[in-house]
Amino acid sequence: MNLAEKYDLGVVKWFTIMSSIYLVVGTLLGVYIASELAFPYLNDLGTDLPYFQFGRLRPLHTNAVIFAFGGSALMASAFYIVQRTNQVRLWSNKMAWFTFWSWNTVIVLAVVTLPLGLTQSKEYAELEWPIDILITLSWASYLYNFIMTIHIRDRNKVPHVYVANWFFMGMMVMVTYLHVVNNLSIPVDWFKSYSIFSGVQDAMIQWWWGHNAVGFFLTAGFLGMMYYFVPKQAERPIYSYRLSVIHFWALMFGYVWLGAHHLQYTALPDWAGSLGATISLAMIIPSWGGALNGILTLSGAWDRLREDYILRFLIMSLAFYAMSTFEGPVMAAKNVNALSHYTDWTIGHVHSGALGWNIMVAAGALYHMIEKMYNIRLNQKLLAVHFWIHTIGTVTYIVAMWVSGIMQGLMWRAYDEYGTLAYTFAESVSAMHPYYVMRAAGGVLVLTGAIIMLINIVSTVRRSESVQTANA
Amino acid sequence: MSNQNGKESLQAKFEKNIFAMYLFMALAVSLAGIVQIVPLFTNPEAVKDEVILADGSSQSLLWQRAEGQSLNDWKPGDGVRPNTPLEVAGRDIYQREGCFLCHSQMIRPFRDEKERYGHFSLAVESKYDHPFQWGSKRTGPDLARLGGKYSDEWHILHLRNPQALVPESVMPKYRFLDDAMVDGDKIATHMKGLSKVGVPYTEADIASAAKAVEGKTEMDAMVAYLQSLGNMIKFEDGVTYRE
Repeated sequence: MNLAEKYDLGVVKWFTIMSSIYLVVGTLLGVYIASELAFPYLNDLGTDLPYFQFGRLRPLHTNAVIFAFGGSALMASAFYIVQRTNQVRLWSNKMAWFTFWSWNTVIVLAVVTLPLGLTQSKEYAELEWPIDILITLSWASYLYNFIMTIHIRDRNKVPHVYVANWFFMGMMVMVTYLHVVNNLSIPVDWFKSYSIFSGVQDAMIQWWWGHNAVGFFLTAGFLGMMYYFVPKQAERPIYSYRLSVIHFWALMFGYVWLGAHHLQYTALPDWAGSLGATISLAMIIPSWGGALNGILTLSGAWDRLREDYILRFLIMSLAFYAMSTFEGPVMAAKNVNALSHYTDWTIGHVHSGALGWNIMVAAGALYHMIEKMYNIRLNQKLLAVHFWIHTIGTVTYIVAMWVSGIMQGLMWRAYDEYGTLAYTFAESVSAMHPYYVMRAAGGVLVLTGAIIMLINIVSTVRRSESVQTANA
Repeated sequence: MSNQNGKESLQAKFEKNIFAMYLFMALAVSLAGIVQIVPLFTNPEAVKDEVILADGSSQSLLWQRAEGQSLNDWKPGDGVRPNTPLEVAGRDIYQREGCFLCHSQMIRPFRDEKERYGHFSLAVESKYDHPFQWGSKRTGPDLARLGGKYSDEWHILHLRNPQALVPESVMPKYRFLDDAMVDGDKIATHMKGLSKVGVPYTEADIASAAKAVEGKTEMDAMVAYLQSLGNMIKFEDGVTYRE
């Protein structure tokens, strides 16, 4: 019996394809706003319209990559993994389609409202209250369906729930908390609301959300992908069960504390920032444990990396995961944060995670699912090109932001021999120009890779359909 | 985790009972929020609004508004006050245009920031900011103490064409603010909303909103907001504003 008869894969297929489309959209927006910083005339292009300006498009970029691309990848893989690892169909295929349509409606609404300037002005939580309610419903349907699918498994066949499912579940629980609390607001009309929190409390809640959107949405959930697709693609069991238990619970308990490290030396009480920084430092241990757990799964099968590009994406993503989970705690340390905060280094760090870890692991997962669900091989040459172009683009991006970020930080605090500030702010802005160009170039490579991925997926799916028709 | 003495471990139980695991997870992820966030609401020190002056007397950092005073009776240095209707309109535009994505409003207690921007920011200064606008990135300079640094005319020219005044700038042009008028009724509604979340507006403040913004453009509103930033408290030497 093939997979398509045994499981509900229609919704998985559509989430997979939408995810690869949204990756193109999200990275295209990223390239555009990166270019605006390098060439500011792109903000207006001779018109007096605000819709394409940096301030309007930047939230659309972040929402498109995190929630449209990342969210669709998470939903595709969660619905796939939960069925495969529990050997059962979805609890409700209909509800999964509700998740699909509501989530995509959210994305369409984001594309309309954000350029219009309808925003709560909280980073990564910009969408206004009616859309937030729709997100809550969509998310709740995703969570409920997922848990019920695990619940209805045959306990004789599958007594223990596999680790990938824990990570997805952890993400779903935490994101529900974060989304609901951070978006509590009083609407004044359909398109405008004011947060019920203010000042320091609002800041802490926002970054509790902000860091855990990264920590749970982009880490725990994507680790769920890692724990399934790495062993599957390598055809070996996960390196250590015990390590995955430690990784999981340490992540659940520990990650939530880190938000405060975004607010060091601000008006947030010192103890909160220090606590956030201390636990950030401790988080190296579970993060690296998890990265090693994935990478060492290849022990004895390293040769497979030579020809298996899907595996390369997955393993390279873990290398970037290890790198950015080392960089994060370093940047959380108070004296480093004093330099790095407010600079491009933060942007570089986010992108080493987003481009290096998230896109790579998701690409591995999406490619793997396409091959399994359509029972067909992807174009291996295009996979290879995507892998290299994406890796080079990512490194270009990160290096540009490291240099510009550290340079900014140093210029702002530099003193001349007379004891006065050495540089005006404007001088620091113009010093960034070459790095902003370099960053945009890195982004173009990533965008090109995303387009190659979309072409590969769509042409492979169409090829498989023509094969099926021929067979029938 | 597996157990040597044959008894089933808690982890093994969780793996079989998904709802138990769910509850334990929900608990594990809520601890940090309780420890880090709740004290900010319960401990008044988190948003300290009173300082001890050099002569030993205590002074409120909030504007002590007398009965019947309007927002216009406030003078710079009188203490933190709610935004005027025109400033509310300006702040709405500041949010709409995503200014916070490139400009912070949070000065840290470092020598270079003091010299570049001014006295470090206090929690109480954003007490009425729903939501906060501290920002996380300085593609442009911090704006926490921008008020009064430049003239209104400078701001208007700069917003229309930043590169005309600062050639290195990468800021977009906001000429379109000149063409849009502020809607008075809308601002009154917005102030009502803000008073629901705790900004101390009086009935009279809200009633006067429409008149206060009459004939004003979005450019006027934006400039009014920018000029209000950071000059509400008069900082004095020898006073501990933050431990």
